[in-house]
Amino acid sequence: MDMNEIKEIFFQECEEQLAELESGLLKLNDGDRDPETVNAVFRAVHSIKGGAGAFGLEDLVAFAHVFETTLDCVRSNKLEPNQDVLKVMLKAADVLADLTNVARDGGTVDQARSRGLVKELEALAQGVMPSASSHHEAPAPAPAPKPVAAAAPVSPPAPSDESGFQPIPFTFDEFDGAEDVVAELPEYEISFKPRGALYAKGNDATLLLRDLSRLGEMTINCNMQTLPALQDLDSEGAYFSWKILIKTEKGEDAIRTVFEFAEWDCELEVKIAEETVDNGADEELPMIPVPFDLSSLDDEPAPAEEEHQATPASDVAAAVSAAETASNVTQLASTAARAEKREPPAAAAAAAANAAGANSALAAGQTIRVDLDRVDRLINLVGELVINQAMLSQSVVENDSNGTSSINMGLEELQQLTREIQDSVMAIRAQPVKPVFQRMSRIVREIADMTGKQIRLVTEGENTEVDKTVIDKLAEPLTHMIRNAVDHGVESPEKRVAIGKNPEGTVRLTAKHRSGRILIELADDGAGINRERVRQKAIENELIAADANLTDEEVDNLIFLPGFSTADKISDISGRGVGMDVVKRSIQALGGRINITSKPGHGSVFTMSLPLTLAVLDGMVVTVAGQTLVVPLTAIVETLQPEAAAIHSFGANHRLISIRNSFCPLIDVGRILNFRTTQANPVEGVALLVESEGGGQRALMVDAIQGQRQVVIKSLEANYTHVPGIAAATILGDGRVALILDVDAVVAASRGQVLKAEMSYAAAG
Amino acid sequence: MKKKVLTVDDSRTIRNMLLVTLNNAGFETIQAEDGIEGLEVLEGANPDVIVTDINMPRLDGFGFIEGVRRNERFRAIPILVLTTESDAEKKNRARQAGATGWIVKPFDPVKLIDAIERVTA
Repeated sequence: MDMNEIKEIFFQECEEQLAELESGLLKLNDGDRDPETVNAVFRAVHSIKGGAGAFGLEDLVAFAHVFETTLDCVRSNKLEPNQDVLKVMLKAADVLADLTNVARDGGTVDQARSRGLVKELEALAQGVMPSASSHHEAPAPAPAPKPVAAAAPVSPPAPSDESGFQPIPFTFDEFDGAEDVVAELPEYEISFKPRGALYAKGNDATLLLRDLSRLGEMTINCNMQTLPALQDLDSEGAYFSWKILIKTEKGEDAIRTVFEFAEWDCELEVKIAEETVDNGADEELPMIPVPFDLSSLDDEPAPAEEEHQATPASDVAAAVSAAETASNVTQLASTAARAEKREPPAAAAAAAANAAGANSALAAGQTIRVDLDRVDRLINLVGELVINQAMLSQSVVENDSNGTSSINMGLEELQQLTREIQDSVMAIRAQPVKPVFQRMSRIVREIADMTGKQIRLVTEGENTEVDKTVIDKLAEPLTHMIRNAVDHGVESPEKRVAIGKNPEGTVRLTAKHRSGRILIELADDGAGINRERVRQKAIENELIAADANLTDEEVDNLIFLPGFSTADKISDISGRGVGMDVVKRSIQALGGRINITSKPGHGSVFTMSLPLTLAVLDGMVVTVAGQTLVVPLTAIVETLQPEAAAIHSFGANHRLISIRNSFCPLIDVGRILNFRTTQANPVEGVALLVESEGGGQRALMVDAIQGQRQVVIKSLEANYTHVPGIAAATILGDGRVALILDVDAVVAASRGQVLKAEMSYAAAG
Repeated sequence: MKKKVLTVDDSRTIRNMLLVTLNNAGFETIQAEDGIEGLEVLEGANPDVIVTDINMPRLDGFGFIEGVRRNERFRAIPILVLTTESDAEKKNRARQAGATGWIVKPFDPVKLIDAIERVTA
């Protein structure tokens, strides 16, 4: 894994955190005061800041920091998260999302907007607590003022006997003979007396002295006078202190940095040593190797050590290994080595014994992340498996007419297993619609702001799962519809009050599973479709005849026609010439259907029905003019055998079929697709009653039904090119390719002959 | 023997950075996603040093450090806290909870390894 991959992970995580942030803020907005919600919101911003910092994304860090500061005020109850506060925070979340996107994809953010929000956030953080201590970066603990060498009080060193220090001479061989150079370096005198807390926090005097030794040549004097008798010894106590003389050019700051982690838990004094204290003086100090008996250390403290095997490094061990680091007292070194050797084997054994445990604990996660490519490859392979299994079944049936039952049973089991594998693999791609729904709340906020309307977005069923591809492609049409609903549907607050409605309009977004498809509803409580205006517009745009007799439902569905726009003035929000026809087309491209029901004065409901997956489809295999076609089962309402008496001619080329006392256009699929030029005899074929857009029913004429089966969808666009009237292709059990009918396109073609024109264009092109 | 580091952080990004950095520096790395998991993993992991974040769900860094320090077997382990320079108060709280030292964010591989070297033998 390299940094780019981690960066990719970071942005993925940002998306999750942003979703978390938004849903948390929305919960707070709904009055949720659970501290964990506030914490989660805070953590989301904090995490983004942390990661952004690591990648040097300054803009993101800066904004996240201000945001985090304000959230911290909420977290510490200094700021009440009321609606006004949350409004700002939700906007800030939007800006944070923008900044993240810019950081990932490049581009620019609305600087004015983000600066404005920084100000608003800062005002929130300050307004409530004028001192705003948490608003400004708390200064890092200032390092102690560095004494100016010349002005530093130079006190004569206390005689060693008096202070109780006993020096341990300390020299580095490599510095021998370089005395002159070394002597010119400033020498510092450090007195260091750890408290017990230093060891309790996992710090170790030995390690501090080791680090110190890296700064330069030093002499360490360890004061062991305070070491009590063994029976009085608290193994976790701190009894020793050190006086260190060090020559370094790195300065006092470097020395203090060594003690950075420990400065709270020790007495530390660093000062420039007096000139006279040099090596010559050192030599005159009495050399007392070790005040306690080495043999006793070897034998007696050992049990004590074992008892407290993993207790904080006791002073004894610290002193001993400090000496090892610093001195040439070989006895001590060897003692230390022995003391240290006791630990590793035990630790290693424990590690080995527990390694398995650790691994299983780590593996106990609830989810794993898998590259989408891998899942897709698996899905493809399962698709091939399904096809292969179908082919196998077919050839067994063909070659072994009297079919041994064991083979047939095995095949049946294989078929069942294949189906189960397929379902399970599809489930991997299934994702809740939540992220898309969450994105919509931002859209609603923005349009509400732009239009001055008050909108409340209510979402339901956000955990409903559907194929990831569907989710990815759902955002765009949904965004457009939401914009439409807010811009055209919901009235202004004044108007709403005037007609006795709540000034705040409600947009409700719902998802649910319905018979193998996902149903997404977008309902608003606005004015509903103004049918008179829609009609007028449709007539003006020559979409319908002036005297056309349309049901309310049909009028409502006129808005999906290409080139239809009811907005008298093209607004910034839902205008731009993109109409509901584009929405409809993108829903259709997903194998979905959309329609609208509207109640004047009470609002409109858009209903989208989408397949749960784009990889397989339950289809009816039919024959048309010698060709095998697959009709998606979801489109079919019923199948029937037409009787001659039910067929009525209508105009030159059209025929109707009467079904239960109502007439329904009969569409000859073979002619629409140009499989044949003459009309088929309906009585010889089968009619498939299909639900078409706009609620009407049509009867599709096919020659025969072969059966019903699940087919794996193979894209025609990807493998060949788009063919009008055909949605995709599949491979049947006998290995032949069958085309999957695009029912809506065929129905549309039967109305306007569009398909033929398109087809000849396609043929020409 | 490779030194073993237990990292506790809820951010996937930071976890991955820690992992890459530590592995490159020759450490064996064990990871947990929050304080609770950290304490669970601790027993089997037997690390030489712990690096933990502060802001985490379920159990934050302070609680985690206290938990480690209460554990008879592991209370001597050096614990480094990932913190931000601006937050002196948090640093102090971490120290009171028993942190050994800290690594100032933004995350920097050199600083991380340096701090680990400082607190381990």
